[in-house]
Amino acid sequence: MDWLYIVEIVLAGLGSGSLLSLTGVAFVLIYKATKVVNLAVGEMLMMGAYFFLGFVSISFLPLWAAIVLAILAGGLLGGVVERLLIRPMLGESPISVFMVTVGLGSVLVGVVQLFWGSDQHTLPAFLPSRPVFLGPAVVAPKIAVSFVIASILIAFFLVIFRYWRGGVALRATATDQGAAYSCGINVPRVFSFAWIAAGMAAAAAGILIGSIGGLSPVMGVFGLSVLVAVIVGGLDSVLGALIAGLVIGVVEAVVGAQFGGEYKLMVTFSILVVMLMIRPYGLFGTTEIERL
Amino acid sequence: MRIGTAHQTYAQAESLLDSNVQRFMLAAFFILLAAFPYLASDYWIYLACLVGINIISVTGLNILTGFTGLVSLGHAAFMAVGAYTVALMEKHIGSPFVFNLIVAGGVAALIGMFVGIPSLRVKGLYLAVATIAAAIILHFVFAQWAFVGRTGGMNVTPAKLFGLELTRYWQVYWLIIPVAALAILAAANLFRTRIGRAFIAIRDRDISAEVLGIPLLRYKLLSFAISSFYAGVAGGLWAYMQRTVTPESFPLETSIFLLAAVIIGGMGSILGGILGAIFMTLVPDMLKIAVSWLTPVFPNAPALLAPVRTIVFGGLIIGFLLFEPKGLAEIWRRVRRFFHLWPFRK
Repeated sequence: MDWLYIVEIVLAGLGSGSLLSLTGVAFVLIYKATKVVNLAVGEMLMMGAYFFLGFVSISFLPLWAAIVLAILAGGLLGGVVERLLIRPMLGESPISVFMVTVGLGSVLVGVVQLFWGSDQHTLPAFLPSRPVFLGPAVVAPKIAVSFVIASILIAFFLVIFRYWRGGVALRATATDQGAAYSCGINVPRVFSFAWIAAGMAAAAAGILIGSIGGLSPVMGVFGLSVLVAVIVGGLDSVLGALIAGLVIGVVEAVVGAQFGGEYKLMVTFSILVVMLMIRPYGLFGTTEIERL
Repeated sequence: MRIGTAHQTYAQAESLLDSNVQRFMLAAFFILLAAFPYLASDYWIYLACLVGINIISVTGLNILTGFTGLVSLGHAAFMAVGAYTVALMEKHIGSPFVFNLIVAGGVAALIGMFVGIPSLRVKGLYLAVATIAAAIILHFVFAQWAFVGRTGGMNVTPAKLFGLELTRYWQVYWLIIPVAALAILAAANLFRTRIGRAFIAIRDRDISAEVLGIPLLRYKLLSFAISSFYAGVAGGLWAYMQRTVTPESFPLETSIFLLAAVIIGGMGSILGGILGAIFMTLVPDMLKIAVSWLTPVFPNAPALLAPVRTIVFGGLIIGFLLFEPKGLAEIWRRVRRFFHLWPFRK
């Protein structure tokens, strides 16, 4: 086994892992702010990619405008979902709420099939096609560029949480809802903001994934890997989602290259089971303490 | 509660059917069930068999999710375990079907208990994801291991009763419906015993249940075992009906379908599980019929059937959770109350 080959596979894994991280950030964002586990994150990502496809087909729009519009549409979708489905479920049991998102995922897949059919589509190429050399290792250009874009987006999110007022409000809400309320933070608006931001992040990830591997209504399966990544990292930790996303991406790439694609999900879920046994709340998650 | 029904002993209050009207209705229903295969067409008998199997499986999941409060998104995988067990038993041993079904349930129960082990440390979403993980690993096993026929799947020899092979749907019907009735009866009685009450206590507040002296791990594993047993039997019956098992027979969507049926029917209600299973099994066919009506007007309608079915499926889950969280069982109760109180409705 050639070491260069291993390096190339690991680099490709980091590329797809960055997309897992980006989607994982969307997931964690929602969970932190609203304590909702969004099982439809894969489908929201798929919607972003299809929005892009839709805007591209409007001929007079330049490509960059289509990307911006698709991301905005993803944010709008997040906002609408929060307002119509999640807000009325406030205070219900977490299981009911996550079943609502399962239902949402099914509806989104159906909508995509209704408008675009169940065939695979390809997005217009907007990522450069010249291979990137890191030393002697070759990285597929699309993967390298999407790694860079995903990193920039994640950094952007991190900076927002740290310094912007809205980001601070979001962290305050995540820490203690009641206290945040009494400090004059408009908690429902924070909820909306979290879903909109998550929708935009998911849409961006969807556009990148769609441009690498094409899009089809079964793209939402990606959400399963994201789920593993965020649980391994800790549901409420952005840092955990980042690291675990990269790790899962590399593991999937290595396993896929070594044993074949059908082993990928099996291995990631085995990691998950081991993780649940050792550290149920993930690498960086907060341990919930229950009192009677 | 029916007007004019006053319970005078505890036994009366605890009884499954508390009035003669109910007993009469149930008897009439059984006569209808017995007459059904002689009246209906093959297609409707097929649907009835499917409903029966789904009722068993949904009732099992209801024991776990509705009554014990442990969410499972891997229930279909236990059905697959049952189906494969039956297929393997028929192929290698050829034992009678009753024995095969019990073994199928037993194997599924063992695997279910194993899957349930994390339930002491994690719950809610974490447990749901752990069950997804179990389902994916089991699916992988069925798809990769040679002894279950690899991806080509396995053919199942038909069930034999007194040397007669049960191959037609109306024959399998006589296999499925009694088992379903038995399963429902057992589940309804389970919640009149201390085990069932312990399950409910765990659902309502697991820490208090432990304080009250209910060993959590034992009862949670027991709940997993019982629920997986139901799934295994349902999967075994499925194998006898379809007579072929492949890894793709029980995808993750089936698990979601079963959980959706529990929610739409009504969590924590035996009747709810039954209604949910019937409703969810028949909705796709109602849609098909609606499409056949629409085709003269919109020639494009059949092409849209699959996406519309997916949307309706998700929409039903969302709609019930938002507007009728107690499910069809609650609607049924309201209708009943209306007729019982009539003409004195408030």
